[in-house]
Amino acid sequence: METPSPEIAPQSSLIDCGGLDALIGALSAEGYTVIGPTLGDGAIVYDEIRSAVQLPAGWTETQSPGAYQLARRGDGALFGYAVGPHSWKKLLHAPVLRLWRAQRHHDGSITAQTDPPPPLRYAFIGVRSCDLHAIGIQDRVLIGGQYRDPHYAARRGGVFIVAVNCIVAGGTCFCVSMNTGPRVRRGYDLALTELIDGERHEFLVETGSTRGAAILNRIPKRPAADSDRQSASQATERAASQMGRQLDTGGIKELLLNNLEHPRWDDVAARCLACGNCTMVCPTCFCTTVEDHTDLAAGAAERIRSWDSCYTMDFSHLHGGSVRASIKSRYRQWLTHKMATWFDQFGTSGCVGCGRWITWCPVGIDLTEEVAAIRSGRRDDNG
Amino acid sequence: MLPRFIAIRRALRETADTITLELEDPNPPAPFAAGQFNMLYLFGAGEAAISISGAPERPNLLAHTIRGVGAVTMPLLRARRGDAIGVRGPYGSAWPLQEAARSGRDLLLLAGGIGLAPLRPVIYEVLRRRREFGRLIVLYGARTPQDLLYRKELAQWRMHPGVTVKLTVDRAAAGWSGRVGVITDLLRAAEFDPAETIALVCGPEVMMRFCCHELARRGVSPRQVYLSMERNMKCAAGFCGHCQFSPFFVCRDGPVFRADRILPLLGIREL
Repeated sequence: METPSPEIAPQSSLIDCGGLDALIGALSAEGYTVIGPTLGDGAIVYDEIRSAVQLPAGWTETQSPGAYQLARRGDGALFGYAVGPHSWKKLLHAPVLRLWRAQRHHDGSITAQTDPPPPLRYAFIGVRSCDLHAIGIQDRVLIGGQYRDPHYAARRGGVFIVAVNCIVAGGTCFCVSMNTGPRVRRGYDLALTELIDGERHEFLVETGSTRGAAILNRIPKRPAADSDRQSASQATERAASQMGRQLDTGGIKELLLNNLEHPRWDDVAARCLACGNCTMVCPTCFCTTVEDHTDLAAGAAERIRSWDSCYTMDFSHLHGGSVRASIKSRYRQWLTHKMATWFDQFGTSGCVGCGRWITWCPVGIDLTEEVAAIRSGRRDDNG
Repeated sequence: MLPRFIAIRRALRETADTITLELEDPNPPAPFAAGQFNMLYLFGAGEAAISISGAPERPNLLAHTIRGVGAVTMPLLRARRGDAIGVRGPYGSAWPLQEAARSGRDLLLLAGGIGLAPLRPVIYEVLRRRREFGRLIVLYGARTPQDLLYRKELAQWRMHPGVTVKLTVDRAAAGWSGRVGVITDLLRAAEFDPAETIALVCGPEVMMRFCCHELARRGVSPRQVYLSMERNMKCAAGFCGHCQFSPFFVCRDGPVFRADRILPLLGIREL
């Protein structure tokens, strides 16, 4: 007799591709705007979907430092890839947002108002474990502290999450090192593991919430057997063994903060273009700036918030110049924030090992390599 | 994140490049504490973080002393009585007035330039509750005699018992018979008991670093020294990331920091 994986709950179910389509339909019928992976711009991106047909069946991608290429799989798997340039933060932490509008009246007084939150409830299909952790991290940053960002809160509230356990790892993935995957553990409503081999194409479904169970009850399914649970467990373990990258995180905070003057920062600064790509694709980066637009003739003004990057010169500008004028200092800010000071600020690493930073860096800077270089030549000069 | 719009009650030109705006705020979300700041928005210009320079005993009267140096603060110099200003706040940490009162220690205020503005609420509060505090020593440096803020008040403050006010300027001008030099010269000459003094420092970062050096040399523990930091700020609530100073968000964890917590960071370039 086969031994079921102790990680997968015995009351898990199986659905087929029709069941997945029914799930998307049921979520739409519930009023959710369903977002899932789909082909777009030569990549697998997250966009609104209405049917499982829009999922990137049979597609995968190859990823390496500075390179991303779509590729065909030999089968019809719907989730047989890792993560692309998009993350869910584009929906929860809007890239561009009007914070408020103001009107100046004839008597010189000014009134201001915020826009009502968008009347949307999202259902996300295909949230990977790394990205689920990233959402949890942004929750801490934007709604978990002394101040709450009402715009994030409005979008985040009520999101229905259909997670997917990875069955393949990307060439730049290192979630195993960050202890953030590839198996999802919490924070989902339903979690799928794709079971595909030869004739078979099904999904093992685990429920993580009562509303997840309620939706699952409305679609065709059958109970999973121990052998199915074992297959699912093996598929995820296979992904775990395929990590394209690894990072030694032992004492990483102290390592980086005690080596702020390490010569490696000059080395990486000579390669870094300070383009900010890494901050845009990173699922936890949260920095924003604001622009004030004014129509003086109409007496109208508005404040627009948009994603910003600590790689820009303006980011740290004070009268007299930027605090971080050199690329070296801006790269160091990014890496030390993500891997070290994030712990002080939010009690967690700011990195989930998704690999996007490495893949989408136009010059292929690999943070796992940079940290390893600092570790191997550590000086601990400013501890 | 939505500013409340308040008409300026009084606009007082302090120096060639500095103005004090007083706003009567009917409904502040919280009374401000000495050392905190507001985000001020000028229609058509934008928003800037400005420390509160009024008396904490009057939480409805928001005074802001502003030096015109940027895209928002330059046009603010032209603001007039009646103009509506957007206000968000109060934000940030405060000077340790309770600790100073409780310990009975003397207060040594070191201000450079516009750095006197966030310290003025401390002076107001100490003078109002005079018996709760020890001696008050104010050392203040400006570029020229014409750049000295609050000149009338400086003269009034030094009349109070137990209060010392000493001034210095980088460059003298006709009629200036006072000291010329940097503030650390004043500090070196000042008489105080290092063990029984709490120092509050606000000014350019390089000035604060030198003051910390001199205070350490005089034997004042960095645990008795407080600095007010300045960084780029957009949101003031710890979301935008701009004001990060290694582990700290200056808007939320600062602007007032106990020196022992940030001194190692102040020595690292471009942090």
